Amino acid sequence: MVAYIPFFQHDMEVYKQLVRYVIKKILFMLLSLFVLASATFFLMKAIPGNPFQSEKNIPPAIQQMLMERYGFDQPLWKQYITYIGNLLQFDLGTSMKQQYVTVESVIKNGFAYSMQLGVLAILVSIVVGVLLGLVAALNHRKFLDGFTIFIAVLGVSIPNFVVASALQYIFGVQLRWFNVTGLYGPLDYVLPVIALSFLPTAFIARLTRSSMLEVLSADYIKTARSKGLSGRVILVKHALRNAILPVVTYVGPMTANIITGSVIVEQIFGIGGLGKDFVSSITNRDYTLIMGLTLFYAVILMIARLITDVAYGFVDPRIKLTGGKGGS
Amino acid sequence: MKKNKLVFMLSLVLVLALVVTGCASGSKNESGANNNEFRINLASEPPTLDPAQATDQVSFTVINAIYEGLTIIDENGNVQPGIAEKWDVSEDGKTYTFTIRSDAKWNNGDPITAHDFEFSWKRALDPKLVPKPSQYAYQMYYIEGAEAYNTGSGSVDDVKIKATDDHTLVVTLNAPTVYFESLLSTAIYFPVHQSVTENEAFAAAADTMITNGPFTMTEWKRNTSIVLEPSESYYARNDIKFAKVSFTMVNDSNSELNMYETGKLDYAGYPTGALPTDQFASLKEKYPNEFQIKGTASLYYYLINTTEAPFTNEKIRQALSLSIDRAAITEKVTLGGQIPAYGLVPPGIKGVEDEYRNEVDDNYFQEDLELAKQLLAEGLAEEGLTELPAFSLTFNTNELHQKVAEAVVDMWSNNLGVNAQIGNEEWGVFLDNRTAMNYQVARAGWGADYNDPISFIGLFTSKSGNNNTGYANVEYDALVSQVDQSTDAAERVRLMAEAEKMIIDSHSIIPIYYYSTVYLMKPDVKGVYVDYKGDVIFTRGYYEAEAE
Repeated sequence: MVAYIPFFQHDMEVYKQLVRYVIKKILFMLLSLFVLASATFFLMKAIPGNPFQSEKNIPPAIQQMLMERYGFDQPLWKQYITYIGNLLQFDLGTSMKQQYVTVESVIKNGFAYSMQLGVLAILVSIVVGVLLGLVAALNHRKFLDGFTIFIAVLGVSIPNFVVASALQYIFGVQLRWFNVTGLYGPLDYVLPVIALSFLPTAFIARLTRSSMLEVLSADYIKTARSKGLSGRVILVKHALRNAILPVVTYVGPMTANIITGSVIVEQIFGIGGLGKDFVSSITNRDYTLIMGLTLFYAVILMIARLITDVAYGFVDPRIKLTGGKGGS
Repeated sequence: MKKNKLVFMLSLVLVLALVVTGCASGSKNESGANNNEFRINLASEPPTLDPAQATDQVSFTVINAIYEGLTIIDENGNVQPGIAEKWDVSEDGKTYTFTIRSDAKWNNGDPITAHDFEFSWKRALDPKLVPKPSQYAYQMYYIEGAEAYNTGSGSVDDVKIKATDDHTLVVTLNAPTVYFESLLSTAIYFPVHQSVTENEAFAAAADTMITNGPFTMTEWKRNTSIVLEPSESYYARNDIKFAKVSFTMVNDSNSELNMYETGKLDYAGYPTGALPTDQFASLKEKYPNEFQIKGTASLYYYLINTTEAPFTNEKIRQALSLSIDRAAITEKVTLGGQIPAYGLVPPGIKGVEDEYRNEVDDNYFQEDLELAKQLLAEGLAEEGLTELPAFSLTFNTNELHQKVAEAVVDMWSNNLGVNAQIGNEEWGVFLDNRTAMNYQVARAGWGADYNDPISFIGLFTSKSGNNNTGYANVEYDALVSQVDQSTDAAERVRLMAEAEKMIIDSHSIIPIYYYSTVYLMKPDVKGVYVDYKGDVIFTRGYYEAEAE
């Protein structure tokens, strides 16, 4: 359909489309965030309890003062309007449990750790996963293939808290190669990163392997071979490039999963990441922190989704055929 | 080929180096004795280090080391002078005159005066305190005018706390309160520097905190670590031996144990951290000199909603209580050295001369299956029932509570043929339901606020906000108010024992066990102990080798 549009014009069209698409997505994201913020607010308020509870009840008079101080004595709709109003000014408020700690600073402090671990885990997953997948595909039905598949199945089926505990026990307690907890030096990142990347690595290895096998048996690879191109050129330029497409589409959700899902790994390795705060905020009924973190995680997830969608658009074979390849 | 070999050799060397250095550092750092550093874990971040705002044990643990009140409690639970070097009590037991040590100083060098205490106590009572009114202000309601001011009906000028000069503080109470001196050692009565009015957020960071205790905070990394060092201006600086106290913040009992075993902690376990319950037995064997169990003045019990049929019937309630094998629970289920409870007041709480529990035996009832069956039958007949309708035992979601509840329900089923379900609820939901009396049988726990039996006996007056059973007895209320008016130790204990018997005999609560605190501590650490209420006190700790 678009094959006869001159090349530069076609490119413009694609970018315009892309921009329109992204704007539409962002508007949709904002709407989703609003719905999410409202739903979380009302759900949170619907759960019994309040931030000032403990095994020992405090006298009703003091309880009353506390409720008034935080405006909990106001009708729910008023509280909701105040809340949305603050949100529109990007004011996430101050934690109700941790005194004088703003939600923003909780996110900043905690996310720094989650982010460092997450990025490392993502890199490890991609590099190791693709390599394993390649090795397996190139040794199809040989020992290395079976071995990789075995590792991959293991990785997908063992939950990360088991991996984390096992790593901590073997390398921390028994062998004493690493500190069991904390992030004091570069070495301390090793165990948590392995624990976090175990599952995605396995998953990527399987993805790479199966798509690689598919690509290797495709006609154009056979053609390339028959043309006498070297094995390495075929592998890198032709096969891997195409075989990695499914992996690219997986990176988005994986990023979101790793960054938001590091709760248990952080807990086991005693890392003050955001996961810890998220879990405790709910038990503590720390309303401001619950809301702030929920929205923050939502934004992260949505951005990851958006990037995946855009990346997907780029690697979509149709665009590839009419755009990129048309030029060469 | 050659290149590959080289890479292989290099990796081998690297791995070996790692192994060697790893092992070496592991064995070297077995204890903090080398640096004279005491390392302990906190399961969570202290939400605040403002003594007027703190309500949780983690905050109290840190606060107790960096602040000091007028009195301190020693290892045996006795009151000792703290910032006050001495005090006089008026004949009617209502007016206290404290003399502040002349050598008491804040960690910025300012002298601590009686005015600081007047300021701090009135601040804690201030209903307009920022960021929020103090949740524990009611612990000061013993002071004349305090409750009225705190609840907004009185003026601060009518609160009877008065610094008559720099070293003299005069306090008048509503009624003689024999445990007032013990209360003074708790956080709500700690002083804060008067400059906090300029920065109410002073206690949120290490560099703005002005404190008066044995230690000073030098570092606070959120969710990661806290470091304390001795305060050079502390009046008893020479008694402080640790050069450093480091807190990590790891909220995982297995990880905490692993840290202890790899020499990263000198103290692991309760009250600030946790050890895996299922490993108590093996830890005890593995570390006979390090595994410690300390009885703690807290009670684990079940509440019965006495306002709801058929639990309005005393015999049915009694049957439930008498058919529980408490020893089996502590020996086979909880495994942490807990003591089966048959009373309300736990060991460790002061009586007249000795501990209250040694002076007043808790043999109010005995487990008796035959009697329980008989009582159940009689109770059911009185209620016109043929069998006890199914009911639920509710507890807040927690592995230990679940195990105990399963055991109890099993005992009821086997011993009485009673059908009870267990139901767990999330903490906030659970508390709400319990306070609203929306339960049949529910778990509860209570720890001492101060070293006096009334901290427990006072729970079950009809006015008490923590009664939650529907138990209301004018005689009981009268006994408690008599106790409150009395200053005679022997008379008070007699009255309290009478009240205790009354509430236990009503079987509105089912005592299960008295808590214990389980921890691991390196054998060369001395002078660190868990006090009567289960707080870990390390301010006077030291390493044995150093002392020799």
